[in-house]
Amino acid sequence: MHAHDSGHDQHGFSHVMPIKGLLAIFFALVGLTVATVVAAQLPTGRFDIVVAMVIAVIKALIVATWFMHLRHDKVLNIIAFAGSLFFVILFLGFAMLDKGQYESDLARNAAITAPR
Amino acid sequence: MSSTATETAHDAHHFHDDQAWHLAHHFETPHQQFDSGKLGTWLFLVTEVLFFSGLFVAYGVYRMTRPELFTYASGYLDTKMGAINTVVLIFSSLTAAWAVRCAQLGNRKGLTINIVLTLMCAAGFMVIKYLEYSHKIHIGLFPGAPAEPGQESMWNFNPEWAPGEKVHFADDPNAPALHDLKNFFGVYFCMTGLHGIHVMVGMGLWIWMLIRNLKGQFGPKFYGPVDFVALYWHIVDIIWIFLFPLLYLIRH
Amino acid sequence: MGQHTRELSNGTFTYELDSPNDSYLVHFKGIKSWLLTLDHKRIAINYLVCISIALLLGGIYALLLRLDLWNGGLTATGEVDPNQSKLLTNDQYNHAFTVHGAVMTFLVLIPGIPAILGNFALPLMLGAKDVAFPRLNLLSWYLWVSGLICFLYTLFMGGLDTGWTFYTPYSVTTNTSVISALFGAFMLGFSSILTGLNFIVTIHKMRPAGMGWFEMPLFLWSLYATGIIQLLATPVLGITLLMLIVERSFGLGIFDPAYGGDPVLFQHFFWFYSHPAVYVMVLPAMGVISELISTFSRKPVFGYKMIAMSSVAIAFLGFLVWGHHMFTSGQSPLMGTIFSFITFSIAIPSAIKVFNWLTTMYKGSVALNTPMIYALSFLGLFGIGGLTGLFLSTMATDIMLHDTYFVVAHFHYVMVGGTIIALLGGLHYWWPKMFGKSYNSLVAKTGGILVFIGFNVTFFPQFVMGSRGMPRRYHMYLEQFQSFHQWSTIGAFILGLGMFMAAGNFIWSLLRGPKAPVNPWGASTLDWKTATPPYYHNFDVEPEVRPGDIYHYDRIVPNPEGPGFVEKKRDAMPAETGAKH
Repeated sequence: MHAHDSGHDQHGFSHVMPIKGLLAIFFALVGLTVATVVAAQLPTGRFDIVVAMVIAVIKALIVATWFMHLRHDKVLNIIAFAGSLFFVILFLGFAMLDKGQYESDLARNAAITAPR
Repeated sequence: MSSTATETAHDAHHFHDDQAWHLAHHFETPHQQFDSGKLGTWLFLVTEVLFFSGLFVAYGVYRMTRPELFTYASGYLDTKMGAINTVVLIFSSLTAAWAVRCAQLGNRKGLTINIVLTLMCAAGFMVIKYLEYSHKIHIGLFPGAPAEPGQESMWNFNPEWAPGEKVHFADDPNAPALHDLKNFFGVYFCMTGLHGIHVMVGMGLWIWMLIRNLKGQFGPKFYGPVDFVALYWHIVDIIWIFLFPLLYLIRH
Repeated sequence: MGQHTRELSNGTFTYELDSPNDSYLVHFKGIKSWLLTLDHKRIAINYLVCISIALLLGGIYALLLRLDLWNGGLTATGEVDPNQSKLLTNDQYNHAFTVHGAVMTFLVLIPGIPAILGNFALPLMLGAKDVAFPRLNLLSWYLWVSGLICFLYTLFMGGLDTGWTFYTPYSVTTNTSVISALFGAFMLGFSSILTGLNFIVTIHKMRPAGMGWFEMPLFLWSLYATGIIQLLATPVLGITLLMLIVERSFGLGIFDPAYGGDPVLFQHFFWFYSHPAVYVMVLPAMGVISELISTFSRKPVFGYKMIAMSSVAIAFLGFLVWGHHMFTSGQSPLMGTIFSFITFSIAIPSAIKVFNWLTTMYKGSVALNTPMIYALSFLGLFGIGGLTGLFLSTMATDIMLHDTYFVVAHFHYVMVGGTIIALLGGLHYWWPKMFGKSYNSLVAKTGGILVFIGFNVTFFPQFVMGSRGMPRRYHMYLEQFQSFHQWSTIGAFILGLGMFMAAGNFIWSLLRGPKAPVNPWGASTLDWKTATPPYYHNFDVEPEVRPGDIYHYDRIVPNPEGPGFVEKKRDAMPAETGAKH
């Protein structure tokens, strides 16, 4: 995947992506899109979301690494981006953990207080 | 002497007689300016990620507690259109990355072509989005709040058909409660709507880049803005990469 | 054109403008030069003017609330007492506390210190000519003004009675002008994000050659930590408010149970931002206090690295505690326990700071100038505010204290006793540099002491009545709380008087005040190594800074020719002449 065109590597302030690399990434992304549509039809049961998310994460990583040049970017920018994901996971995790816990309370209270 | 433009021109004259016009007065080198812009862009992307995270949290919480609703309601969405839009957006990401390459190498013509292609893809994406939305509204899947409590709303959330459009919604034994369905479409319209707004903002930014390029402002020594707009464009693409399977591909 | 270094008799030097016309205040003229300025110092002053107006607005509402609460309107057994008249109706009271809270939080506390003092001092402290993105800086001010306009529009178009927290489902169903207020808060959020982004990039990319991360003034560390919170938390407020707007406008089902949503989720969303936002308010205040304590003790900051890192620790831990606002809101006991535990741990970095400030003063030569009076007030008030927070983070006691005046007193001790006091202290500190004029120090000190006394008289009784069960946001109350409320009202007017004295003194200094010295306090940071008022590009030549310059006062000596302090030249070293030019 990492086709390096060393001729342009030192050009300007940042790395220049070679055309071959750009195209390779494009076709990889299209292939993964097809894969995720096909995978959704397979009988994966409860794991469908896991499969879909794994493919989506791979696609996102590919875009970030090469289209967004993170592969050749400053470490600080990588840390910033990775840090944002950490806080998203934190937010998602705490909110879902809590919802999973109090949902049963809600159902029980609804059964007690429902007029019907 | 009072306007900003004069102020800036004055600075440039006073401090950097030998420097290029695009170096702002408070930076010492073009390199420092580029790095600052890039870090600023990445930090902005961080805020974008967190901005969308709220919607993903809402999605996660509701899908966790109501999986059957999500499976049912996802049936209303047209996977074919979603998939086409995914490929359209990926292609626009390719042209955006290619545009940066052209700018870095000083290829003005290539930059113009790639920006125009990106813009065309973005417009195509919005057209497909428009078709999807108008179909949803047509079959009564757009919620609407009354202007005042108790009044009629502009739209009534009242689906005519069950997913697949073979039976009427009212006759479908699997149909969820109406307000639950409204919950899914609340998440759907918020997520895709906000993403659509980002696509349109991106189109505005690309038009701006196109104009600046036609004026001949970009070259190997100054291409920061193209790079930064492309980064923004890629993050919009990444968000769609997640939205597509989360909304369109729920089968179980 | 520019500024030069003037040598004094005893081997010291100071900074002067070549011509008074080179001061940033007058170099460009006309109202347009202020409205379209890209100069961080002028943007700071724009903010100062606007935030003062917002503070006045919020303050008037506060006094209105306190006047209304002079009478409880109920007897000891809870019947309506016809002899006790109320100033406001129930609805008016709901509007008044909402507007007071929303204006003070979104328009004053959150932007206050970063936008005024940060904007003014940050590039100067870095020896830079401006922040990294001057246009964004101006945009951020315009967003702030748009936010103010949205809030004013709300006031005139039906008001707002949701409380500043906009809790659903009430905010979806009430008939007041919620959407304009939400939109205003949304804009203010983006204003805050742009300021934070600007500061982070400036600190990363524009530090001068001799200044490593651990040689930065601590105010910059606190602004950096604040910027991290602004970037990571504020977007979540943006999306929350946006979702509420579309929920109200289009009936999308996210938070309102009638639309299939979950109102507790709204509280998760809201506090994911609004708890870290508390640290957006108080971290910059802590930064200001670090500057003041060191300068007025004429001693290097004790435990510099610990103070710097504790800012970052607070910023990080601040993200992990939002659930302590929801102990009684239907949050699960499991999450409550986790959040309670993490909340306690946030006391550690806060205490580290307080102990380090105290140790900095130990054996220092403490000068009780006006800013130092505010800094000492901060230590006491923030200490009380922080310690009472521990009562509230304990789940068992919080069940009893939640939504009582204890909570009101606690967060006012932190927000007013912390942020506003530090803002006033910082203003008194940088004012001479900002405008080149000195204020009357006796009036300023009296004002500062009145603020301290008035604040305690206002809010200390609220701890007591809160612990005895006086609920917050209630208009009518039982007779037994009346004396506490009346003390509180008296205190509020003393506090108001102190603030007006400070404001009047500032205005007097602009009109009649004597010319301020270049370095009136003997401070060591780079913001004092430029002329007073500063040259419009801050520095002609990037000022020289070496490790050990910041917070070391050996070379800063009293001015032999007048008030203030001047610098001694560095000991002669080859190829280093100390003074420029």
